[in-house]
Amino acid sequence: MSSRQPTRISHNSVPITYTSGEQVEVYRFSIPVTIGVPLLALFAQAFVPLRFPRFAMYVDLPLLVTIFFAMARRNPISGLLTGAFIGLAQDMLGHNPIGIYGIAKTVVGYGASSLGVKLDVENAGARFLVTLGFYFVHAAVYFTVSRGLVNMTQTWSWAHGILAALANAFLGVVLYFVLDKFKQRT
Amino acid sequence: MESVIGRYRNLIILVGVLFLQVLGLAMQVKKNGMDEEKTRLIRIWAVGAVTPFERGLVWVQSSTTSLWHNYFDLRGVRAENRQLKEQIEHMRLEQVRLAEDAAQARRLQTLLAFKEQFISRTVAAQVIGSSGSDHSRIIYIDKGENAGIQRDMAVMTADGIVGKVLLVYPSVAQVLLINDESSGVGALLEKTRLQGVLRGTANGEVMLERVMSDEQVPAGETVLTSGGDQIFPKGLPIGTVTKVGSGKDLFLNIKIKTAADLSQLEEVLVLVEKQERQATADDAVRMRASDILAQRLPSVPDKPAGDANSAASALGINGQSTAARPKAEIKQPTGTLAKPQGLPGMSPPATTAKTGVTGSPAVGTAKSVKRLASTSGASITVLPDQPIKPTDPDATVPKTPNGSAVPKTGIEPEASQTNPQIAQPKPVARPTPPPANVQPPADENKPQ
Repeated sequence: MSSRQPTRISHNSVPITYTSGEQVEVYRFSIPVTIGVPLLALFAQAFVPLRFPRFAMYVDLPLLVTIFFAMARRNPISGLLTGAFIGLAQDMLGHNPIGIYGIAKTVVGYGASSLGVKLDVENAGARFLVTLGFYFVHAAVYFTVSRGLVNMTQTWSWAHGILAALANAFLGVVLYFVLDKFKQRT
Repeated sequence: MESVIGRYRNLIILVGVLFLQVLGLAMQVKKNGMDEEKTRLIRIWAVGAVTPFERGLVWVQSSTTSLWHNYFDLRGVRAENRQLKEQIEHMRLEQVRLAEDAAQARRLQTLLAFKEQFISRTVAAQVIGSSGSDHSRIIYIDKGENAGIQRDMAVMTADGIVGKVLLVYPSVAQVLLINDESSGVGALLEKTRLQGVLRGTANGEVMLERVMSDEQVPAGETVLTSGGDQIFPKGLPIGTVTKVGSGKDLFLNIKIKTAADLSQLEEVLVLVEKQERQATADDAVRMRASDILAQRLPSVPDKPAGDANSAASALGINGQSTAARPKAEIKQPTGTLAKPQGLPGMSPPATTAKTGVTGSPAVGTAKSVKRLASTSGASITVLPDQPIKPTDPDATVPKTPNGSAVPKTGIEPEASQTNPQIAQPKPVARPTPPPANVQPPADENKPQ
């Protein structure tokens, strides 16, 4: 992770943050990538468990895609909307009420994009930690909403949670490097 | 004001988006349950966007696999063929014995005016997707409304039940697996006949609930559908008991291993039509659920015609299949009681009566008779399960209290017409437990 410099107040009183000593870079994506990658992630998430049943237990590809787009765009509104759409689409594939994943991924999208503004998230270590952290944020929000609002029976297992967070973080690092190829500088 | 909105714009939008989703969520869960119909359109979009890819991939995969199996993977086929032929021979013998048992059970059901549920029509479907989440254990199959599938239809494989249809789209259907938390299936333990409710857990296990803690449930016991849920016909296999522990509220905590591998489903059958008819002994050729399952699944070859005939003729019995044989031919037992295999007082397993070949224990034959007797209040004299030898038919026929011969295969309706004390059902004033109704002869386990 890069060495962070202290926040300075400029003459117009707008806080400026730096990442890696350079200006933050904001990326955008082509429309096919913006639509196709989340759709592909949803498809893989639905299909792969048929052959590898444990995949769904430990990996959440739509979450990784949400984090990636949110961090790359570095725009909280864009991040939360991306998270909301991906989450709602994921909800639609299940039988639980629509909105649980939507809310969880909205929060993650907002958080990841907000963090992306302030942190250098281009290196593998930072990405690993960010994904690890946001997995727990996602799980916590999902758990709270499903128990508190929908009254679903949910049990939390720390062992499973940590394993899943690690699995997602490892896979995320690899996936982000692949998805970096689709980035376009603004 | 504008500066405040501009300053907190992101946060305001976040709260707004979250509020909208919470509102949507609240609308779905109000009035005690989720209104699937209102969210249906939006689900159709999502399913419609994902399932074409899944169908395509499944098609490519199955085509490749089929090509491989049909043209390249032929090593060891001769040996396998020989092995399968041997297996078929064994199964023919088994079939003869099972047909006898089935015919007998059917006659008893007729006698007691029981109603049976039969599977009339099934649709084979391929699994093309899942929810992709361990919070929602569902699968998607490639048949929907166009194939006659409707909501709440039972879904199963040859091994056992899988789940029920939850949502139906024109060409796709969503199936709720039995290991989902919101799933519930009426279940029955095969030997102890205890009934309970099968439920999924958050971590994907299957538990049998509502069995009182003072009951004895051994591990390994088979669990069947009870038919009480009006979705699954009675008697379909669910799984086996793997662990029994004490639960809460005086109930046992029974863990079940499902017979069907729910994590590796490829083809399933959807029960689109079932019938409930009164059992008739004449309808011996009617197919059972398991027969239909075995025939419909693509991995299982069709049952060759005349198996029972050839098996019976190979064993020197008259050449008719048991299923097609008139009931009069089944009624006369030919064997005699052989020496018991176990300790005195224990009921040894029944073996095949006519073939003389030792088969697997005919679980449930005598027990089902006892159960039928106890539930209907009929007074039936039943022999315990005994190994029977096909020699010397009249040597040691056990006697009833009035001295008449008792058929060794249990009871028979034809016999009951001539000897009312043997099998004539008669109402009893006070229900008695099963052992009281079953009166084995005094020398039932005596070595000869």
